[in-house]
Amino acid sequence: MSATQADYLVAGVLWIAVVIYACFAGADFGGGVWDLFARGPRKEAQRRAVSRAMGPVWEANHVWLIFLITGLFTSFPPAFVRLAVGLYLPFSLALLGIVLRGAAFAFRAHGAPEQRTTTPWGLAFGAASIMTPFVLGACAGAVAAGDVPANPSPSFDALVGVWTTPFCLVCGGLALSICAGLAAAYLTVEASDAGDSALAEDFRRRALLAGAVTLVLAIVTLPLLTTEAPGLWTGLTTRGLPLVIMAVVFAAAAGGAMYSRHYRLARLAAPAQVAAILLGWAVAQAPYLVPPDLTVDNSASPPEVMTALLIAYVAGAAVLFPSLLLLFRVFKGQNPAAA
Amino acid sequence: MSEYLAGRAQMGTSLAFHIVFASLGVGLPLLLLIVEGLAYRRKDETWRLLARRWSKAFGILFAIGAVSGTVLSFELGLLWPGFMKYAGSVIGLPFSLEGFAFFTEAIFLGLYLYGWDRLSPLAHWLCTIPLAVSGAASAWFVTTANSWMNSPTGFKLQDGVVSDVRPIEAIFNPGTPIETAHTMISAYVATGFAVAAVYAVGLLRGRRGLIYRRALTVGMLMGIVATPLQIITGDINARWVADYQPAKLAAMEGQFQTEKGAPLRIGGIPNPGAGRTDFAIEIPAGLSFLAYGDPGAVVKGLQDFPAGTTPNPVMVHISFQLMVAIGFGLLALSAWFLGAWIAARRQSKSGRRVFPGAVTVHSRALLLAIGAAGFAGFAAVELGWMVTELGRQPWVIYGVVRTSQAITPAPGLVWSFVISTAIYVGLAVALVGLLLRLAAGTRGGGEAEIAAEEAA
Repeated sequence: MSATQADYLVAGVLWIAVVIYACFAGADFGGGVWDLFARGPRKEAQRRAVSRAMGPVWEANHVWLIFLITGLFTSFPPAFVRLAVGLYLPFSLALLGIVLRGAAFAFRAHGAPEQRTTTPWGLAFGAASIMTPFVLGACAGAVAAGDVPANPSPSFDALVGVWTTPFCLVCGGLALSICAGLAAAYLTVEASDAGDSALAEDFRRRALLAGAVTLVLAIVTLPLLTTEAPGLWTGLTTRGLPLVIMAVVFAAAAGGAMYSRHYRLARLAAPAQVAAILLGWAVAQAPYLVPPDLTVDNSASPPEVMTALLIAYVAGAAVLFPSLLLLFRVFKGQNPAAA
Repeated sequence: MSEYLAGRAQMGTSLAFHIVFASLGVGLPLLLLIVEGLAYRRKDETWRLLARRWSKAFGILFAIGAVSGTVLSFELGLLWPGFMKYAGSVIGLPFSLEGFAFFTEAIFLGLYLYGWDRLSPLAHWLCTIPLAVSGAASAWFVTTANSWMNSPTGFKLQDGVVSDVRPIEAIFNPGTPIETAHTMISAYVATGFAVAAVYAVGLLRGRRGLIYRRALTVGMLMGIVATPLQIITGDINARWVADYQPAKLAAMEGQFQTEKGAPLRIGGIPNPGAGRTDFAIEIPAGLSFLAYGDPGAVVKGLQDFPAGTTPNPVMVHISFQLMVAIGFGLLALSAWFLGAWIAARRQSKSGRRVFPGAVTVHSRALLLAIGAAGFAGFAAVELGWMVTELGRQPWVIYGVVRTSQAITPAPGLVWSFVISTAIYVGLAVALVGLLLRLAAGTRGGGEAEIAAEEAA
């Protein structure tokens, strides 16, 4: 294996971690959104469904972010440093959201037996679940646009300006609506498995709403891409095109399946759409990790580090995936009696 | 407050906060393994009830540990980009491996917390094994990285470019064996005494029942086993520091002048202006003997290192002294408790059932001391951390990169420090309140089982 191959292999593993984090932890954030906006006669049932769905798995889902960050600073230190310096403020905000969300969830789940969104922790849970994906989405936009500066001026304007362009804000909104849509799609299955078709109907409407918002934001993003991230646009319309088409097909499938109440199909198509979008972005942006100048090759650690890391990933995966499978089989299997 | 100091303060606060939960994440799974194992083998409801109660608290504590650990992994870059651009490729590997350990811990914690009714009792107990192993493994991996900062090996740095990286050599740097051992054992010491303290306070407030006495005994036993090991590894660690980081040793001991047959200073306050340590009790030649095994050995003083390469000894010396004092205090407490145990066993007709059952402690003074030990164990963890971190200054990578060169250029670090500290304080207050309410809620629970057990 050549050094370049190893570099791309590691980058690929990390990008898969991005996809998994988005599809699983993203849904946990989306759950927080629906917790905050729980309404109607089944308000409490909605909150209980969110809490029950997240409880056993959210911490494991969260670890993908740590996996990603530690992997990035091991294998591509200049890219990590560039992001940490250039996106100092949004990353700090995302951390604030991560801390408040996790603490609030744990405090509510293991502390007070009753769930009231009126409690400060209930509000913190919801608000942090909105802020975190939004800010991370905006950061993704800044990276895609090649706007993360190498030597940011140490001023407050520079801290704020880089991730608050219209393009970044739309990306933030897109990330949020995708997370909310994923959560609602997963929750329809859990609600209908539990035999609560009215609750499933609640989440179906929410999934369709989130899907519509995502569609609108995606349509807004396209013209912005041509001006804000022309390099990415070119990539998306050439070698990334198959993945873009797949994303559109999966999105249509998810929407159609949700509309016609084929919840299981929607639960598959929704994350497939997210994966296609993220992989399309990666393929379109390659070989750049952080445009306009940091590539997989020029920011990679020495080959001996990449080799050691790949060995560690293989060994780690041998422990991780069977364990994850066990976790999801116990809690997400066909077990309608589960409380 | 300067931006640089604010950055250091924020990192220090984040670590001081996280290390409490990280330590509990190492120690509690082992206690759960023991307690639920006893419940399973003896079909004993009291032990099982104890495991159930602890699992609730552990669920909250682990979540806080997980999110505060995430903050740290980001802060490495957010605050110290000038450190990570060199350290990332050299010492990133153990962090990545720690990621897998953390995955394992999070997954089996999910199974453990939510699996009480879904897994068979045996399968449920078995979950504590990966929990305990991955908790310990996490601590080991992360501490290797800190150890590398103290004794950096496995790379070349020339003109700002890292090359010839040997990641395995970096993990197994000279400091690794002793620093990892000392850190991991500290987690068992702190957790054991903290758990015992919770129940000592309960007993002091007049609660009775087997569950209190058993919980106290199990916590104490873990602390009692770990404490002597901690003192031994501490001694080896200090001698290691003497060889590899002589400036840190000088700061720890308040040694300003180079001296043959240097005394061991107990207590005292270093006075850098005057170049001496005031108010210390000095044991002649004690330091030379402890550090080098020779009463006549020369100990290099802070004043004989090149200017700008030594730490400020005030906090380092005081932290070190307090940590050592707590260590010996806990050792004395261990002896006291064991003495009370033996005395109680002689009096008890059912003495054979004492281990690992319950020790009845009649002495209020002993219970008070155990209550204090709950705080002391964690204080020692924090103090030890301060010794190693403040004692390494002004370096972030010892002898290679200065902390001041590593700080981020981002503005507003003072604000960032103030806000993050306020959040940590708020979280700590909320958490303590919640745990107290949890404890209050379970106060009466299990009395029926306990009565049945005691009648049997």
